[in-house]
Parts: sequence; C-alpha cells; structure tokens
Amino acid sequence: MSDTQTSPIKVGLFVTCLADMFRPEVAFATVKLLEQAGCSVEVPSAQTCCGQPAFNSGDNHSSRKIARQTIEAFEGYRYVVGPSGSCIGMLHHYPELFTDDDPWKARAEDLSSRAFEITSFLVDELKFSGIHSNFKGKITYHDSCSGLRELGIKQQPRQLLGEIDGVELNEMQEAETCCGFGGTFCVKYPDISNRMVSNKTGFAADSGADTLVGGDLGCLLNMAGKLKREGREMQVRHVVELLADMANTPAIGDADYDLGQEL
Amino acid sequence: MEIKSPEFKQSARIALQDANLQKALGNLKAGFPGKRAAAVARMPEFDALRDQARDLKNHILENLDLYLEEFEARVVENGGQVHWCRTSDDARQTILQICREQNAKTVTKGKSMVTEEINLNEYLEEHGVQPVETDLGEYILQLRGDHPSHIIAPAIHLNLEDVSEAFHEHHNRPKSDDPAVLMAEAREMLRKQFVAADVGITGANFLVAETGSTLIVTNEGNGDLTQTLPKTHIVVSSIEKVVPTLEDMSLFLRLLARSATGQEFTVYNTLSSGNRRPDDQDGPENFHVVLVDNGRSDMVGTQLQDMLRCIRCSACMNHCPVYGAVGGHSYGWVYPGPMGSVLTPQMIGIEKAGLLPNASTFCGKCEEVCPVRIPLPKLMRHWREKEFEKHLSPKAVRWGLGGWAFFATRPGLYRLFSAGASTFMRLLGGKKGKISKLPLAAGWTDHRDMPTPTGKTFMQQWQARQKQEQQP
Repeated sequence: MSDTQTSPIKVGLFVTCLADMFRPEVAFATVKLLEQAGCSVEVPSAQTCCGQPAFNSGDNHSSRKIARQTIEAFEGYRYVVGPSGSCIGMLHHYPELFTDDDPWKARAEDLSSRAFEITSFLVDELKFSGIHSNFKGKITYHDSCSGLRELGIKQQPRQLLGEIDGVELNEMQEAETCCGFGGTFCVKYPDISNRMVSNKTGFAADSGADTLVGGDLGCLLNMAGKLKREGREMQVRHVVELLADMANTPAIGDADYDLGQEL
Repeated sequence: MEIKSPEFKQSARIALQDANLQKALGNLKAGFPGKRAAAVARMPEFDALRDQARDLKNHILENLDLYLEEFEARVVENGGQVHWCRTSDDARQTILQICREQNAKTVTKGKSMVTEEINLNEYLEEHGVQPVETDLGEYILQLRGDHPSHIIAPAIHLNLEDVSEAFHEHHNRPKSDDPAVLMAEAREMLRKQFVAADVGITGANFLVAETGSTLIVTNEGNGDLTQTLPKTHIVVSSIEKVVPTLEDMSLFLRLLARSATGQEFTVYNTLSSGNRRPDDQDGPENFHVVLVDNGRSDMVGTQLQDMLRCIRCSACMNHCPVYGAVGGHSYGWVYPGPMGSVLTPQMIGIEKAGLLPNASTFCGKCEEVCPVRIPLPKLMRHWREKEFEKHLSPKAVRWGLGGWAFFATRPGLYRLFSAGASTFMRLLGGKKGKISKLPLAAGWTDHRDMPTPTGKTFMQQWQARQKQEQQP
C-alpha cells in the first residue's frame, strides 16, 4: 500500500454481465469502494461475460474464445476486480482451458493471479479498513458457493460490514448452503432449484434480519425473486451497496422504475 | 436393476412432492452432516490425513496392476481363489458357477453396492439360487422389492411406518412400531438364514495386498455371520479397493467412519484372510474373491481416474443439496448423489446418464467434504464436456448457448444486445420492478419473480459519465 501515495493502483473493473444488465448500482458501488481504497479504476470495453455458462455446459470451445477475449481486455492492469465470487472464480478457471504448450496458458495464469473478488481484494490484498456507511439495519449474509469454496470468501465481507456501526448481523441457519441458482441449473432443473431457494428464503426470514445480503448477483436475484413471489417483506442487496453507502436506492426486485421517463 | 436415469427430472418432481420421502430425507440431513462435523472437529489432523489418503490413492492407482497381482498371489497362498471379471456379466456368471459347484440353494449377503451394480440378486434368483440380504436396511428393501437409495444407509428413504408395515406383511407377526421389537424380529428371521445358507457373499471396503485379506466394515455384525458360517465365502469387490498394507488400510479407516456416520470407528471391522486353517474354530472352507472391473480400468489414465479414489463413505451425498431434495432413487440407478453422477455415466453411458452430471449447481460442498479430495464438480463438468462434444445436450440448450456465445464473443454487439434486453425487461416489468412471467424463462418465473433491471446498463451509464467528465 506504500505506493498509493505516489501513484494509484490501476484496477480494471470486471463488471459482470448481471451487474451490467440488472443492477448497474453494484458496479458503481464497486468503483466507489476501489477509489476509496486508492485505486484508479478503468472499465475495459472489450469485456462481456466471464464465460461460465459455456464452461459449465461443457462448451470449451466458446469458453476458450471468451477467456482469450477477457485476458486481452485486462492486459496491463495491475488488478482485475469484480463484484462476484462466481465470475472471478471463473477467471481462475481459465488456465484449465489451455494445454501446457499453449502460450495462452501462461497468460491465463497471469490473469488469474491478478483477479480478485471485491471484498477479498479490499481485505486480503489492500488490507483496507476505511468503510464509511450510514446504512442501518439487521442483516443476514448468504455465502455464495463459488466465492466461499473456490476463493475462500467468508470472513472478508463480514469484517468490512463490521466497520459499519448501523449493521447488526444475524447469521441464518445454513448460510453456506447453496441457494439453488447454479447458473443454467435454475432453468434446467426448476423444481429442484425451487426447493433449494425456498429452503434458503425460509432460513433467511427466520434469522430475524430485514435485509438479506450477499456477494453474487445470480444468487441475490434468485433469492430476491423468490422472496417477492412468497410475498415476504425482506429486502435483498449486494454487499457493496452497503459498504459504499449506496443502499438508499430500491432493493433488488423493489425498483420503482418508470421506463416512460427514459424514452 | 432397471435404468431410470433418463427419467431423472420426472422422478425428481415426484420425489419433491412425496411427503414421506421428504420426511425421511429430513432425518438424513439432520443426522449425518452434523455428526461428521463433530467427528472432524475432534480430530485436528483430519485434513492432513485427507491429503495423505489422496496421495496414497493416487500412488495405488498408478500401480494398480502391481498391487492387484500382489493381492492375488497372497490370496492364493492363503488357499483362496481370485476371479478377474471384466464385465458385470462375467462377474455374475462366475458367482453363479461357484454357487452351483456348492449346490447352493440360499446365499446370505452382506451389504454390497458392487453386487447391486452387477445386478446379482435378480440373476441368482433367475437361476434358482435365493439370495438373502442380511444388512437390516437391505433386508427391509428386499422384503419390499425395493433398491438402495443411499450407498451406506440403503433404506434411508423409508420411515419407521414403512418398516413396520413390511415386517407385519412378511413376518406374520402383530404390527409393531417399536424399533427394538422390529430389530429383534429381523434378527430372529435372519438367524435361521445365516445357519441355513450354503454360500455367504460380502463386498469389501478394502483389499490388502500384503496379506491377501479383505475387509468389511459394518455396524450390525451381519457381515461376520455371512462370511464365517457358510461353507463358502465369496467376496465381490471392485478393483480400486486394493491398498498396499494393513497400515495403509488403517489410514482410510480413520477417514471412512468419520466421513460417513461421524463415528470414530465403525463397530465391526472384519478381515478375511483365506479359508479356514486346520486350527481355526470357524470360517469358510472355500474362499473366493471376485474382482469386478466394469469400466474402471478404462478410467485409469484419464481425468476420471480421480474418481477411483472413492472409498464409498457417502459424505458427498449426505451434504448435497440436490440429493437432499430428491433422494437417491431419483438418480435412477445404483449410485446416487455426486459420486453417482460421475460414476453412472461411465457405467451405463453418458447417453442415458446425461441428466445426472447436469443436476448440480457446482456448489462444491461435495468436494469440500470428500475424505480423498475428489474434485467432483470438475468430474461432473467432464461429463458435460463429453455430452456437448457428442451433441447430446438438448437442442434448446445448444441453440441458446450458441446464440449467447455469438454475442459474448463480440463485445460491440454484446453491448447492443444487453442494452436491448435490459430495455425489454424494463418494459415487461413496468412499475413493479419485477416480472412474473418471462418468455423463454418459464423455469425461472414459474417459481419466482424476475427482478427487472434498474435502469440502462452499466456500460451505457459508464460511457455517458465518461463523456460528461471529458467535456470541459
């Protein structure tokens, strides 16, 4: 961190396709946090999706194409940071896509060594502890699977949330159990996915919290969609919204958006 | 056993609505995971042992032929015989042949998933030999004409009432719902069978190369009676169960019970080392080991080799949220849960078993608890790759993926596409902020709302902001 005084740390933001399309606030909050931590943030325009839908469907040809595109897009950045353990976890899978004699393998390994999920980047890499947020509420935290098990993200978001005076964390039962999203899983096996997300919303509601927080929009959209369908009052937010003090917009699935104004 | 894996989705749907099954699955989830966690917490070196076990298994698999041949040599020295069977059919015929040489009418059986895999019971019955399952769970299933839904707790899908009903019907006794009474009843019925059996068949948890011994672990002691009382003992084992030494075996035993039931040690750990010696008080006169390959040697040297480390503890299924939701029968063949989703395609073909490796969110819990660190999600993905290469994935999936990949590999077009999709969804969502019915995504909106995008895409907003900042 000593060089932050002299030159800011150059970070390429991996927006993630879900934040891009469904909740741009999450990407803006990530930018805000990175800037607070002394980074200069750029958004390479050649990025799309991490390629996980292809990778997990066994389509390695498409995955490789997307991996090469992402590797090129983020060349030259000291770090690649995104608001998702799942997508950043996918970047860590890139080396598996190339054979040892393929020059792309080394480039994939290089990218993966620079790629971090936002809360883990702030805590593990920058040792950052300058969260300023006026958020106030009882929250419960869902540990998304890829972040938890592929990147070891568990205590980092809790540590950062702990810096917010108004946060009361009520851990739910089975916080580490999958919410049933699983990318294409939720549409390929809707009945099973529904059971899993119903278990999850039940545990979340039982925790006594009024806001369900997590670090991956896939899981959050899934759980928010279920809570809405069940008619529960609980709000759902990405952890960066709380950390960046940007939780004053409507929660996920609560948007009061008037397209007419935009058109 | 009839293969029903292609009907996974229908079976799962029925299972989710089966209140009895859901109650039974609730018992499983409330039991095994907590007990395992407690056992692991009591053993600080658990993770170090897992690394050792993984490395040792890898070494064994690199030298599988050598250890199997050493095992065979010791079995023969001990007076037994080893039968090498490439296919299920070879194994069944070999076992029937041994039974016929003994003029066997009934055989008692210890719990063995490999005998399920080779469909032994049905085959023996067809050929006039009556198999009698002696593991309590398996015994209950046999009475009901049912199959195991779990590799160590075969009747986990049943509740006490089901057992009570089955016993009442088959034992001709007053109906009881007292577990102790039911247990005593089963014991009484089985005692006669143990004595009457001509042949005893057990599986093996491990084959020890240095001594030519086979080992089974049970919590009921039924395996001991199965293998010591009849004149002939047949051990049916798959080839990857071999370990070099007794000490190596003990490493796996330390992991097995803790991972499976959370016990420090299984109640009965029984070694069989050949037939009865002149001074022995009991034991079989004939000792046979039937080694079943059934596709396993084809896994050696491939990515699937890691799967052969499996010691059949069941931790993966005990912790799997998908197994926990639908139970073992939904998987439609012998091996359920994550380990089954990797093994089954190898044994019955990816054409029939394709739905199994797809039925995972890749949450990674299975790998987290596996005592020999099998990368189960990675191996399930391996099958998805095979499926995709062979053009077996459903057309809708391939087309959807193709269309998506077209845009995802063209960032400029992707921007337009995502902006369009965002606008479309906001139109559909209107002022509610959520969509309750989305075309082409019924799988989602049948069960939950789709939160609508909150505005223009991030990329649109970001670019607009950049432009603004650049203006003087």
